[in-house]
Amino acid sequence: MFYRLSGIKPVSYAADAQLWPVPFDRSLVAVIIVLAVAAPYVLPSLYLGSYLLPWIIWATAALSLNLLMGWAGQIHLGFAAVMAIGAYGAIHLVRAGLPFELALLGAGLLSALIGLVFGAAALRVKGLYLAVSTLAMQYMIDWVISHVPAISGGSQATLQTPTIRLLGLPVVSEAGYYWTALAICILVTAFMLNVERTSFGRALVAVREKDFAAAIIGVNAFYYKLAAFWVSSFLGGVSGAILAFCYYRAVTPEQFHLDVSIQAVAMVIVGGMGSVLGSFLGAGLVLLAPIVLNNLVVLAVRWLDLSLPSEIVALIPLILYGGLIVGFLLLEPLGLAKVYDNVRKYFLAWPFRNVQR
Amino acid sequence: MDIAFLLELSANGILIGLMYALIALGIVLIFKSSGIANLAQGAMAMVGAYVAWALLVLAGMPLWLAIPLSLAIMFFFGTGIERVALRPMVGQPVIMVVMLTLGLEILLRGLAPAIFGTAIKRLDLGIPQAPIIVGPVLINTAYLVSGAVALGLVLLSIMFFGTRLGTVLRAVSDDQMASWSVGIFVERAIGLSWGLAGVAAAFGGILWGSVQGVDWTLSLLLIKALAIAILGGLDSIPGVLIAGVIIGVLESVVPAFLDPHVGGGTRDVVASLVILLTVILRPHGLFGREDIERV
Repeated sequence: MFYRLSGIKPVSYAADAQLWPVPFDRSLVAVIIVLAVAAPYVLPSLYLGSYLLPWIIWATAALSLNLLMGWAGQIHLGFAAVMAIGAYGAIHLVRAGLPFELALLGAGLLSALIGLVFGAAALRVKGLYLAVSTLAMQYMIDWVISHVPAISGGSQATLQTPTIRLLGLPVVSEAGYYWTALAICILVTAFMLNVERTSFGRALVAVREKDFAAAIIGVNAFYYKLAAFWVSSFLGGVSGAILAFCYYRAVTPEQFHLDVSIQAVAMVIVGGMGSVLGSFLGAGLVLLAPIVLNNLVVLAVRWLDLSLPSEIVALIPLILYGGLIVGFLLLEPLGLAKVYDNVRKYFLAWPFRNVQR
Repeated sequence: MDIAFLLELSANGILIGLMYALIALGIVLIFKSSGIANLAQGAMAMVGAYVAWALLVLAGMPLWLAIPLSLAIMFFFGTGIERVALRPMVGQPVIMVVMLTLGLEILLRGLAPAIFGTAIKRLDLGIPQAPIIVGPVLINTAYLVSGAVALGLVLLSIMFFGTRLGTVLRAVSDDQMASWSVGIFVERAIGLSWGLAGVAAAFGGILWGSVQGVDWTLSLLLIKALAIAILGGLDSIPGVLIAGVIIGVLESVVPAFLDPHVGGGTRDVVASLVILLTVILRPHGLFGREDIERV
């Protein structure tokens, strides 16, 4: 029905190396891109600004983290710190008079530089030790950001983002911010889709599976681990800058606390480690589930005439991230992407006419 | 900076460090038996404190009944976590297991305040408020009692690893496959270590809860406990003791020197700094065993 591929196998290398060999996938992607670009004309401003825009930005961030966690197999509990460096870097660069495009690059480079420090720990240790040292670095960068007034303007301060100009045109409208974020998101997605087809991605996977075994067959684990941290931090810094400029439009140190790192980790795990589609699904679920659940709780409270203190409603996202991480790791370690994949595979062979009985 | 003040800071720091060591003890117990690092240890301490508070205040039990009962509850809580969450993860990559315990930490950190209420709760263990004065040094009585309990527990667990059951746990930590083939119930041993970790966490949580009140911030003890466990070497219980003292002293002395210069808050980064330096200079810690990997 959908896929019309049952029983057909790729017969050439070119067909095998295609990004989307199934025609249905190609048209699906095209439709989604058209819808995403047209969203400002179609969606009411509330949905665009408070659901779709953060979803796209967080999916970009989740993709960047997924490169590290899913493909390279390194644990990173300090991703919010990397994003914070990107956000603050971009703001200061734009304030110093750099055009936004260059400031984004600069912020990415700055994050990548600090990200390499995380990477240096990864060269020395792995697994649990890496988790703990990235956690420690998150605390330290948090502390530095809120204690150095030159960066944050003091621990209570809020930095307003200046108006950005893209290619000379000022970006002021909701739609403009959305398209900026979407363009970056599409770029990062295209990069990630191609990572797994290049030698770089395959080397990362080899390092993920067993780094010393990879070293024996000639993959330079040292280099690829560092490169994974570099690339991931670069993209993370860019997405942090986009998050600050296009969504928050003002930055405080609290926006990049440890909880945010955990949120990003939750997105990667819930979506599925090492899956591009999964990062989008995971970001969507982790962002939207607390909102939906909040509304449900509020409804239930009104219905049953209960009085629930507001602090408890505030705890719902925490319970939810934790529950989602634990639940997905126990029940479907490959995440939402695998759930989608199962459905897709079912329909790939759907009419089952080629099955020999 | 005069010497008496420094002495006072160090003395209280040692006692605080011993209390931190209690929570680190749980991490080490679990790592020693199953090679899993439990990032949910801080949340387990918090749950232990909440349970003790619930028994003492909500249920109105006397102290001598409430404390042992909450320890018992936490023992089964620990084994329960192992049974429900960790056992299905056998054979999964480390990254998955670490993330699972982190998920547990977040879940518990949200769940416990949601059930018991978010306001800070007072946990009164009947320890007198007046400080003890030794020469020029004031020592907080609550810290002294807690430090003594912690020291006793850590020594007890060192002795425990000399007993038959302790030998079983060490065998399991050494080689799960080999212990299985000589007739050790590996799952039961790992469950036991989780139960003991739950008890250690409960002790830590209750003692800290009596000092600073019971609320979700107790789960922040995780970072200090991790610093101690990493510095001491993840599989060494004497290491916990010594690293606990080191971290405790550093944590009270360093802010006294640095806070005036950088504007406060250095206390929170000392543990992180220790973790980083340990991982970079000597990943297996002071007393830990260096593992050699083979393809």
